[in-house]
Amino acid sequence: MNQLHVQATAEEVRERARAIRRRNVEIVRAAGLGHIGGDLSAADILATLYFAVLNVDPAHPDDPERDRYIQSKGHASGVLYTTLAAAGFIPDSLLDRYMADGSPLNGHPDRNKVPGVETNTGPLGHGLPVAVGTAIAAKLDGSPRRTFVLCGDGELQEGSNWEAIMAAGHRDLDNLVVIVDRNGLQQGARTEATNALDPLDAKFAAFGWAARTVDGHDVDALLATFRAVPFEPRRPSCVIANTIKGQGVSFIEDRVEWHHKVPSEAQTAQALEELT
Amino acid sequence: MSERFDCRDAFQRTLIDLATHDERIVAVVNDSVGSSKLGAFEQRFPDRLINVGIAEQNMVGIGAGLANGGRIPFVSGAAPFLTGRALEQIKADVAYSNTNVKLCGQSPGMAYGELGPTHHSIEDLAWLRAIANLPVIVPADPIETEAVLRWAAATEGPMFIRVGRIPVTAVNDPGYRFRLGVATTLRDGADVTVIACGTMVERALEAADLLAAGGVHARVLNMTTIRPLDRDAVVKAAAETGSIVTVEEHTVHGGLGGAVAEVVATECPVPMRLMGVPGVFAPTGSVESLFRRFGLTAAGIAESALLLRKAAA
Repeated sequence: MNQLHVQATAEEVRERARAIRRRNVEIVRAAGLGHIGGDLSAADILATLYFAVLNVDPAHPDDPERDRYIQSKGHASGVLYTTLAAAGFIPDSLLDRYMADGSPLNGHPDRNKVPGVETNTGPLGHGLPVAVGTAIAAKLDGSPRRTFVLCGDGELQEGSNWEAIMAAGHRDLDNLVVIVDRNGLQQGARTEATNALDPLDAKFAAFGWAARTVDGHDVDALLATFRAVPFEPRRPSCVIANTIKGQGVSFIEDRVEWHHKVPSEAQTAQALEELT
Repeated sequence: MSERFDCRDAFQRTLIDLATHDERIVAVVNDSVGSSKLGAFEQRFPDRLINVGIAEQNMVGIGAGLANGGRIPFVSGAAPFLTGRALEQIKADVAYSNTNVKLCGQSPGMAYGELGPTHHSIEDLAWLRAIANLPVIVPADPIETEAVLRWAAATEGPMFIRVGRIPVTAVNDPGYRFRLGVATTLRDGADVTVIACGTMVERALEAADLLAAGGVHARVLNMTTIRPLDRDAVVKAAAETGSIVTVEEHTVHGGLGGAVAEVVATECPVPMRLMGVPGVFAPTGSVESLFRRFGLTAAGIAESALLLRKAAA
């Protein structure tokens, strides 16, 4: 199968990410609903994956040999749909129906309605176990296909993740990459004030993973990191992507109240201006 | 006395045969190789037995991922833990995601008798029956267990299969063929209907014998599929026999009895009695002693049918 946009340069990915952020702000504004903070923190990660890393083909979204991208933080559906549209999996016009009555673009993604979605997420702590399953399936098949799973950081408070992290380490799943969108905020407060996660890299390492920390908004660094997986043979890879919730829009950045606030008309205009 | 069978033997034998002919089939277990009787499967297909350890949420999620990767996973663990611990994974990763995962709940009901209510699975049918896009199937004997497993492997989509542990007699003909959502009339009769599933089917048949001795002709339905329910068979039974007793190794709240009552109440109201565990945590006891305590015996079912007929008259 074709490796989609695998030649995209860092500058091209940055331009894609800017466009994704702009469209993301527009659809949240139009829907009057969404999780804009967690969308924007992940935009550079998704743009890098879809335009320079993942072996996926929008013309054949069910190709058995595709890489799997599993977005465990299902509430960030805005950035997922916007990226899928930019990559050609769904028409851009469909984004105008984000969370509209009867729309396939539910607030949390549905694989049976949206091409490119691998599993239905929304309740937290579900993506990583499913990703371990897709990685085991690839190993059983002797296939080089890889699984990338994006988790929110607060989500790692769910115990099911640690069952999966333990199993992946035990099974030497070097075809599995977890990316932690480490924006430091969960719905109600900072992760470290709620139920501390640090030292995350040491925790993954203790479970048999190779972990690296990267600036989740530095596309050059993300590209270099994703292209270096597996970091160690016979170990799953963990990328702790340090991000800013709401990145790119000054009044949203690192503000806990913007977990699922919707920008006003004036705020939308300002956001789009800042994202130009 | 008739020969008795542990349905897990038919389960493991059939699964090995299916896996021999279809390399997509894998088993996923939670340190339950022994309790699922999958030791022989593991010896035969060491790479295709995925033991995730004591981690039911992960087990079900991994099953969904394996299905995404083109495998046909039979996810097997003790019913109370598979269903109770991983209920949200069953809902989101399997039923809602519509993945080709076969959930196999072993040793359901009160099979673990003396181990107590933590190990009893008497809520699973109610929990799972409430979830959309998830067939809920309760084989009554080894013939049916094999037939259901073969159907499961050949049928795309999620499902839950309750695999019994306590020995049962064969209640189905050797030529039995499973059809989803279709009840089997094991005994015809016009005076009262007993609708049972799983371990209770043979007891319902014995109860029909006791009733027949007293001149009461009971119809006995084996309701293998709890969801989707055979509504036609229920309405027909209500219309033709005028009263219905349901019997299940499960709480009386929300399982087989609840499913039948929903149809009876809305489509053909007749008097009913719901037999099962009456909304309590069972006291310490062997499974047979618990069956006696809750009237889940041939005599208990027959008595219940007679009381119902008296009340309905």
